Formats: sequence, structure tokens, C-alpha cells
Amino acid sequence: MAHTLPSETKVSPQELEKILSLFPDLTEEDLKAASPEESAAVVQERPPVSYWSDAWRRLKKNKIAIAAFIIILILILLAVFGPMLSPYTYDQQIRGEESQAPSWAHPFGTDNLGRDLLVRTMIGARISLFIGIVSSLIVLVIGSIYGAVSGLAGGAVDNFMMRIVDILNSIPTILMVIAIKMVIDRPLEDMVNRGVHWIQAIGSGMIAIFIVYGLLYWVGMARIVRGQVLMLKEMEYIHAAEALGASRSLLIRKHLLPNCIGQLIVTTMLQIPSAIFTEAFLSFLGIGVSVPMASLGSLCSSALNGISSYPYRLLFPALTISLIILAFNLFGDGLRDALDPRLKT
Amino acid sequence: MWMYLLKRGATALLTLFVAATLTFFIMTAVPGDPFLSERAPSPEIREQMRAKYGLDKPVVVQYYNYMKNFMKGDLGVSYVQSKNRPVSEIIRKSFPVSAKVGALAILLSVAIGIPLGCLSALKRDRFLDNFVRVFSTIGIAVPGFVVATVLLLVMSVRWKWLPAAGLNTPSSYIMPVLALAMYPMCYIIRLMRSSMLDVIGQDYIRTAKAKGMRKNNLLFRQALRNSILPVITYLGPLIAGILTGGFVVEKIFNIPGLGRYYVKSIECRDYTIIMGTTIFYSGLLIFMMFCCDLVYTVVDPRITLDR
Repeated sequence: MAHTLPSETKVSPQELEKILSLFPDLTEEDLKAASPEESAAVVQERPPVSYWSDAWRRLKKNKIAIAAFIIILILILLAVFGPMLSPYTYDQQIRGEESQAPSWAHPFGTDNLGRDLLVRTMIGARISLFIGIVSSLIVLVIGSIYGAVSGLAGGAVDNFMMRIVDILNSIPTILMVIAIKMVIDRPLEDMVNRGVHWIQAIGSGMIAIFIVYGLLYWVGMARIVRGQVLMLKEMEYIHAAEALGASRSLLIRKHLLPNCIGQLIVTTMLQIPSAIFTEAFLSFLGIGVSVPMASLGSLCSSALNGISSYPYRLLFPALTISLIILAFNLFGDGLRDALDPRLKT
Repeated sequence: MWMYLLKRGATALLTLFVAATLTFFIMTAVPGDPFLSERAPSPEIREQMRAKYGLDKPVVVQYYNYMKNFMKGDLGVSYVQSKNRPVSEIIRKSFPVSAKVGALAILLSVAIGIPLGCLSALKRDRFLDNFVRVFSTIGIAVPGFVVATVLLLVMSVRWKWLPAAGLNTPSSYIMPVLALAMYPMCYIIRLMRSSMLDVIGQDYIRTAKAKGMRKNNLLFRQALRNSILPVITYLGPLIAGILTGGFVVEKIFNIPGLGRYYVKSIECRDYTIIMGTTIFYSGLLIFMMFCCDLVYTVVDPRITLDR
């Protein structure tokens, strides 16, 4: 049994002779092809546990992460479908119902123009979530490509690319964000006026935010991916695969990517709340999405006027944004523990 | 050592140069000019204004002039907000105000964050740990402007304990500092907790314990020293964090700091102030990151500056 060769191995009589002379303790019986029963005994009884099912098993045990995930799902559902169920639209100004406190007709109250705040908060959540998710995907794509290229290339290329990252890293991003935002706002608006429809559909303010993210915020992601690639590149199994003649694309597809993917997902997940944070900050300063569109940040910002008389105008959007960020943070943490148990703290 | 300082200085200058160049071209790329927003200036006057500030020249010439002046430490004058006041003077006057609030906030967040993070790690899964974890997780989820407005609403509108605006009395520092410190404090707690947990699980701690090292000695000489490194790394960029928070907090509490100036100059497109502030803060950030690296070598002798 111990020396059984795989059944498909064909050994010529001369070779058999040679092997037997080399290993005197072997008999011809030992070198016979394995019978089906013998093969069956070697086959694993349980199917192998894949990385994903393993991670899912760990994630399921983490009650907080699951709760956060459910909250995220509910928030997304509310943000996407909630406004359709409301009798009002987000920019509808209801005459005679200005500045109302929360009631059955308007659970979150109305603002000074008579707009229903529940539907505005839901729209705001939709915008904020959309910005968070799309920005994080942009960061993921740019950052991971940049980092992977830098790490794989190594040498002078790597050095040069990382100097650029260092420089971008020592520029106060938020100031640059504001400056760039101001610059691209007007050209984008012009494009809208000239009738470029897809920009109109998304809104120039939001596209400006995406551009800013694409330009500045990939730095952290690039660093993480590069670090990961550099570490993996020196692993024995990569060397082994290389020695066995694996091509570069196979190495990337089969070994580097699957080993990075946990970190990529986690970093992207945790990027979402920070993108929402940044958008809220920009909106709060009055340079976020453009009116009458609402984001959670701009709702909070406009609630500031008259804060002492109408505190609920701040309360609901502020609670929503905090809940979104909290849920994404908790779920991201849980995901990190599940996907990369080495990092567990 | 000297080699390192030289290299570091060269990188800093290069970064500053890139930051200045980027901001300059971003600013000049804006269609229109600052004088458009003024009330009905006749075309002739606008031309005169443009000529006066050199805005009628080609962009490259403008860039050259700006950089030349920048080398001399001259950041130009404000176009819109406070007419012809030098930007460097504005920064010199208003930055100390922001710095005072910011420094207090950093002090508070470090003074509370590090001990609380350590304590939370040492009392893992006990009541205190759970409480601190919930608190810090919520703390990093609430945007600074929400903290600031809630504080304002409760402390000065409802209960009238603290002044709502300005920095005239010591008590008026309380709310802005609290609002600014909230996020970094919670972040430091989490950072400190996880790094402390990591360190006290290490073999050398167990060895030291087994050899009978006294608990205080073990904690302060071994564990704290090793686990504080991530916090130090975070402190550099924290300056930038405090600054972004500063914008909002200064706006809400009406503090005459650099942040409020900056926000106002966004509103009226006062480009020279925006540029000057960006360059100034880039320099500050680079300097702070350098300081962090220096502190690193003090805390962890294994790290040397000559890499």
C-alpha cells in the first residue's frame, strides 16, 4: 500500500527491473498499480474546505458583524426603494407645511421649504452610499493596479513609483480635494449645459468627488497592495511555482491575487465609511453635491441654520450617517477577522 | 545621520515644490477669475485689477513669478476677502489660534487615548474593555460636525453652560477641543488596544514575566514601549486630521482661525489664500512626519535613521 504507484503510471519491465535493483527491500508486488479499492481508501472522506467557506464559517460566528451586515442591507433597501414608497419627492415643496416637527404625515418633519425630511434623508442616504461604494471601487481599481505593478516590477520602477506615492502622501489631501473640486465643478457644469447626459444623470458634484477620489485617495490602497505583493513574491511556494515554469500571468492569477483578495476586500470595505465621511465633510462646507439634491452631509449642514429651534432636522440625518459608518466599520472589522485570521486582534 | 537629514530635506523640498505647483495649476485652471464674483465691476476695472496682480500674463509667467516670490517667503496678497493683505500675514495671525485649539485637542486625545487603550487591552473582555470598545467604535462613526453641533446644542443652547462662539474665555475652549479630539481619541484607543494585545501575547513578555519582572516595570518598560509605535505613526497624519476637523469646528464655533479663513476663501474664491494655506499645511505635515520618525528612533532603538 505504502509504495503503490498511481494507477495511470505505466512502467516498462526494464524500468521495473532497475527500480527493484536499486531498492532491495521492494518486491514486485509493491510496485503494482493500485486497485480501485486501494485508490478509494486514499480519497479524502470530507470535501476540502475552501477559503471562502472557511471565512464564511468564521464570519457567521461573529454576531456583531452579521448584525452590521443586516443593518447595511436594510439601509441599502431603504435608500434604494424607500423614496418610491413615499408620497412625496425629495424636491417637492409642500405649501403650508413648512418647518413642521415630526408627525405621522412627516415622520422626520419638514424643512423650511416644506420638503419632507424622511424622503430627503432616504435620498441623502442613497447618495452617500452610492458615493461611498463607487469611490471605494475607484480606489480599489487604481490603487491595486498601481501597487501591484510597483511591487511586481521592483527595482528602479518600484522606487520611482513609491516616491510619487510618498509625495502624494505628504500633501494634505483634504485641501487638495477642495481645490480640485472647485476647479472641476464649473467645466463639469458646462458639460451638463451642453447636454452631456450621463453627467447630468449622476450630477456634476458627484462626478467631481469621484475624480478627486481617483486622483488622490488610492495612495493607501497602493501601499497595502504593494506590501502584500512584495511579501508574497518572496514566499517559497511562489519560488516553487516559478521553478516549475509557471508563467507570470498564472502566478498573478493563481497565487498573488487569491492571496491578496482578503486584504483587498477588507480595505475596500473600510474605505466606504471614510469616503462617506469625506463627502459629508465636503457637503458640510457647502461644496458637496449640488442643490436640490441632498446628501446626508448637506442635510446636516442646512440643519445648522435654525439648529436651536429645529434640532430634529440635524438629528435624523446625523443618526443615519453615524449608523451607516458604524455598520460599515463593524462589518469591515468582522470581515477582516474572517478573511485574514492572522490579523485578528 | 547627516546624509539622512540631507536626503530627507531634499525630499521635503521636492514635495513642497510639487504641492505648490499642483495647487498653482489647479487654481489657474479655474475658468474665470476672482474678480468676476465682485459686484458689477466694469470690464476696464477688471482689466486693471488683473494687470495689477499680474493675472493678465501667460500662466507660465505667472507661475514663474509666484515661485520666485514663494522662494522669498512671499505668498502674495489676498484678492477678495481682505484686500491686499499679505497671505503670509493672514497665516501668521490666524494659525496660532487654530494651533492652540488643535494642540489642546491632540494633547487630550493622546492623554486619554493611550491609557484607555492600554487599560482596555489589559482588562480584555471585562466590563471596562467592553465599555471602552463600544464607546470608541461609536466615536469613530460620528462625524466631527455632528459632535460639534450636538455639544453646542446641549451645552450652550439648552443648558447655557458654555459660550457658543469665539475664544474669549478659557471655558470657551472646552467644546471646540472636545469636538476636535473625539475622533482621534477614539482612533488612538482602538490602535493602542489592538497593538497592546498583540504585544502582551509575545514570547518576550512571557519570558520577562516568568523571570519575575515586576508588573509595572514589565508594563511600562516592555509592553508600552513596544506597542506605542503605531500610535506615533498615526500622530503625524493626525495633524492633517485635526486640520480637517478644524475647518468644521472653527466654522461652527466661529473661531477666527486659519480653517475659517480657508472655508471663507473657498466661498469667495480667494485663490492666493487657498494656495498659501495649502503650501503652509504641506510644509507642516512634512515637518510633523519627520518629527514622528525622529521620535520613532527614540522609542525603538532598533530603528535607525540611516536606512
